[in-house]
Amino acid sequence: MISRRNVLTGSAGLLLAGGSIFSDRVLAQGKKTTTVGFLYAATRNDYGFNQSFAVAARRIAQLPNMKLIEQERVPETAQAERAMESMIQIDGANVIVGTSFGYWPFILNLAKKYPDVLFVHGGALWKDGDPKNAIGFRGYMEEPHYLCGIAAGMMTKTGKIGFIGSKPLFFIFNNCNGFTLGARSVKPNATCQVVITGDWDNPVKEAETVNALVDQGVDVIVANVDSPKVAIETAERRGILSCGYHTDLSALAPKGFLTGAEWNWSKAGEFIESWRNGKPYPNLQRGGFSNNMVTLSAFGKSVPKEVQDAVLKAREGFVNDSFKLYKGPLKDNQGNEVLAAGREISNSDNAFKVNVKFLVEGAIGSTGLK
Amino acid sequence: MTEAGELGWWGVLFAIFAGAIRVSTPYLLVSLGETITEKSGRTNLGLEGTLVLGAMCAFATSVITGSPWLGVLAAGVAGASLGLLHALICNLPRVNDIAVGIALFLLGVGLAFYFGKPFIEPRATMLTGISLGFWSDHPAIRSGLEVNPLFFLGLLLAIFLQWSLINTKWGLYLRMAGESEDAARAVGRSVQSVRTYATVFGGFISGLGGASLSLFYPGNWNEGLSSGQGLMAIALVIFARWNPVRCFYASLLFGGASAIGPALQSVGINQGYYLINAAPYVFTLGLLIYSSSASYRLAGAPSELSLSR
Repeated sequence: MISRRNVLTGSAGLLLAGGSIFSDRVLAQGKKTTTVGFLYAATRNDYGFNQSFAVAARRIAQLPNMKLIEQERVPETAQAERAMESMIQIDGANVIVGTSFGYWPFILNLAKKYPDVLFVHGGALWKDGDPKNAIGFRGYMEEPHYLCGIAAGMMTKTGKIGFIGSKPLFFIFNNCNGFTLGARSVKPNATCQVVITGDWDNPVKEAETVNALVDQGVDVIVANVDSPKVAIETAERRGILSCGYHTDLSALAPKGFLTGAEWNWSKAGEFIESWRNGKPYPNLQRGGFSNNMVTLSAFGKSVPKEVQDAVLKAREGFVNDSFKLYKGPLKDNQGNEVLAAGREISNSDNAFKVNVKFLVEGAIGSTGLK
Repeated sequence: MTEAGELGWWGVLFAIFAGAIRVSTPYLLVSLGETITEKSGRTNLGLEGTLVLGAMCAFATSVITGSPWLGVLAAGVAGASLGLLHALICNLPRVNDIAVGIALFLLGVGLAFYFGKPFIEPRATMLTGISLGFWSDHPAIRSGLEVNPLFFLGLLLAIFLQWSLINTKWGLYLRMAGESEDAARAVGRSVQSVRTYATVFGGFISGLGGASLSLFYPGNWNEGLSSGQGLMAIALVIFARWNPVRCFYASLLFGGASAIGPALQSVGINQGYYLINAAPYVFTLGLLIYSSSASYRLAGAPSELSLSR
C-alpha cells in the first residue's frame, strides 16, 4: 500500500540509513498514547515465567501515555503471529512484547512487515541483519542464583541443597552452577543434588522430586521450572527451605522462603521510552545485576540478619562487577579442570556461558548430555 | 554418583513405594470410572477433561467454602455432569462415543481453564492425610506415609465394584449391556439407561480423581496439573483387563514407575533420565505386548465396546 506517509518514512529511512529512528514518528507519536501489547504462552498469574512478565507489564503501564493490552495462552505457533498482527491492526498496538522464547521467528516476520512497530522479545536472539525495530533481551539469572546459594549454604543444616531443573539447557546449568558455587562459598563441603525433570511444566513430577530430595536429607531447594509453585509449596509442607525463581514467590512459603532469583523485564520500559522519543536503544541486551537486568526477591521472614547482610554484600560484587562468577581454580563434578587458577571469565562473557555443559564440583548429578 | 545419605538406598526404594501411593490415586479413580463405563459397552475418552474439570471444581469449592470434602463432592458432581452429557449425546442414534468423548475432553479442559483462572493464585484448604507412619520417628517415613484418604476410597471402591459386578443384579445388567444388547433387551432392560447410569457413575468417580490432584497431591490448581493422566488411566483400563481390582494394582505399578526417575536422580543417578522418566510408558507397552494376542480378542473386553466390535 502506498500512502504519503509510507513514502515519506521510506525515503527518510534511506536518508538515515543505519539509524533506525526517524523523527517523523517521534513527532507523530511522542505525545500520543503508546499501546503496548503483551503476549504470554500461558496464564499470566502462574507464579512463574509468565507472571514475571505480567509484573513488568504493569510497571510499564505506569509510564506516562502508556496503554497496556494483553493476551494469554498464545501458543508458539503461527497463531502467535496472527495474535500479534491483530493487536497491531485492530487494537492499534505500537509496541509488541512477546514473552515466550518460541515467538521469535514470528516476531522477525512481523518486524519486517511493520517497521513502525517496536517488537521486544524475552530471549536474546537478535543478530546482525535482523530488523532494527526488534529487540531481544534476557538477564543472567546465574547471578541471583549465586546469591540464593549463599543464603541456602548459610541456612542448610544437613549441608545438602537441591536444584530442580526442567530441561538440560545451558542457562539451567549456569543457574545450577551459580546456586552450587554460592552455597560452597560459605559452606565449602556443601553439596547440591541436581534433578532434571525433562519437562517445563509437570507438577506431579516436580512434587515427586521435592519429596525424593527431602527423603535424601536435602533441606533447601530451588526449582528452575516454568512455575515453581508446586515445588515450593511441597517444600513448605515438608518443612524445608526454598528459594524462588522467575518472580516473587514468598507468599507461597511463609515459613521456608529464603529469597529468589527474579527477572527484571521492566527494563523493556526503558527501551520503549527511548524508541518513542527517538533516542538510540539496544537491539540485543544481556546482563546481570550490573545493568539491572535481574533482581533478588525480598528476604523471607526466617532469614536472619547476618545471612541477609552476606547476600547483599555479595550482590555488590556483581553490581560493581568486582566479583566474577566463574573463576579459577574451578573443577567440574567429574574432577576435570575447567579454569586454571588465576583465570577469570567476565560476567558478560556470553560465548562462555552459552557453552556451559558441565556442573561444578559439589553438584551431584550430571547434565545428562553426552 | 555418591553414597546416598539419610535413608540412602532404602530411601530410593521408600521413595518409589511412597511415590506409588502418592501418584497412583488419580489413575486409580479414573480407571475405575472408565472400567464401569466400558463394562456397559461405551468408551468415554473425555475423562481427561473430567479429571481437569474435577480438579478445578474441587479446588474452587474448597477455596470458597473452606471445606475440602465439599470440594470432593463438587468434583464428583462436575464429573457426573460431563458423564451425563456424554451419555445423553451418545443415546442419540448413530453417534460415535469415541468422537463425543474427544469433544468432551476438550470441553472439560476448556471450561476448567476458563473458570479456573481466578483460582490459580488463592490457596485452598487441603484434604488431611491419614497418618500410617506413626510407628516411625523418621520424618521422611512419617511424611511419606501420610496417605491420601481418596486412595483408600479408591481401594475400597475397587473391591466393592469387583464384588458387585459379579454378585449383584446391577452388576449383571451392566455386564449384559456391555456384552450383548440383545440379551439385555430380552430381560426387559433398556440398554441406553444402563449405559447412561454407568457413564454418569464413571464420570463421578473420575471427577474425584481430579479432587485428589488439586486437594491432596500435588495439591494446587494450575493448568498443567493433569498433563495427560486421564488419558493414561484410560489405557490402564485395557492393561487391567476391565477388572477393578487389577486397576488398583495397575495404578500402583504405574505410580511407582513414575517415581523411579525422581528417586534415582535424587541420589545423583542422572544417566538417561529421559529414558527412566519414560519407564511407566515403556512398562505399560511391554506388558500389553506380552499379554496380547493376534488370534483372540482381549480377555475381559466387553464385546459391545466399539474397540472390540
